Amino acid sequence: MSLGPEPVFTDNTLMSDSDAEAIDDRLFWEDFPVGETIAFGRYEMTRAEITGFAAEFDPQPFHLEDEAAADSLLGGLAASGWHTCGALTRMICDEYLCRSAGLGSPGVDEIKWLKPVRPGDVLTARRTCLETRPSASRPEMGLCKFHIEAINQSGAVAMTWVMTQLFFRRDHGSGEPGDTTR
Amino acid sequence: MSKFFEDVRIGEQTFLGHHTFESVEITNFAKRFDPQVFHTDAEAAKDSFYGEQIASGWHTSSVCMRLWVNCMQTEGANAPPAPGERQPRLGPSPGIRELRWLLPVRAGDTVAFSIRVIDKTQLRSRPQWGLVSHRFAGKNQTERDVISFIGQTFFERRGGGRN
Repeated sequence: MSLGPEPVFTDNTLMSDSDAEAIDDRLFWEDFPVGETIAFGRYEMTRAEITGFAAEFDPQPFHLEDEAAADSLLGGLAASGWHTCGALTRMICDEYLCRSAGLGSPGVDEIKWLKPVRPGDVLTARRTCLETRPSASRPEMGLCKFHIEAINQSGAVAMTWVMTQLFFRRDHGSGEPGDTTR
Repeated sequence: MSKFFEDVRIGEQTFLGHHTFESVEITNFAKRFDPQVFHTDAEAAKDSFYGEQIASGWHTSSVCMRLWVNCMQTEGANAPPAPGERQPRLGPSPGIRELRWLLPVRAGDTVAFSIRVIDKTQLRSRPQWGLVSHRFAGKNQTERDVISFIGQTFFERRGGGRN
């Protein structure tokens, strides 16, 4: 069996030119094992950002005005749940999604807004992989189902998701370096 | 919202409005919240799996939310409260189920959003409030479904739930 070209040792390299070209340090479907939990990210929810997002996308009084918010179930000004979703997505992108062979998400099974996110809250994230499976229709892809949490600075869970993410598979012959083409 | 819990009718449908997702706003939203290249860069998106720039699913969802709030606030402004009654307070949402981004929303697509009441539940733990579930949906200009989700919202009970 041919093992390919002999490696060429130059300076302090231990790889052939073709090996170097083949290195792809993106994350693929296989890199998300079931049961793995990681903590990551940091996102500060400032008052200006909370009211700014709300003015644009969720102009309910309890996201905009202290007095109206005090009279509401939220008991004080709080971020729109959709804003918290955006913040968590940003943390996910910064931590791993933008360096993955990802193909987006078909959706989120469940979003729970458990605690108000207040001005000045600093959110961090935690992700646990619940299950993975190859795509039935596109064998070069796989799906991962994650439980993802946004946690405030007191350690309280403000929001949870159960969501599915689609990735290229490393070991299925596709996903050439830089290949995100159809 | 503009209605008391008691006035919400299961099955009622409401058209929320249209929105055209332009490239600049897709880019701006994605740069803040979802900086994957097929959302943020119209040129680079041509080489992506999607072949062109598409909106973040969170952007589509957020626009849907804005149109709903606008609609409810307009409805409330056009329906003053009965004598002796105040406008019902708006309630937040405890969550969403079955959020599905069914088709990419491409730069230039126009999405028509609507809602339908699918359930309402009294709450023993919160007698002043009830929980209403709506099915939110969006269709693009070719009448194909692009987004769907079930949203739950607290609606205020008339008379503080004493009725």
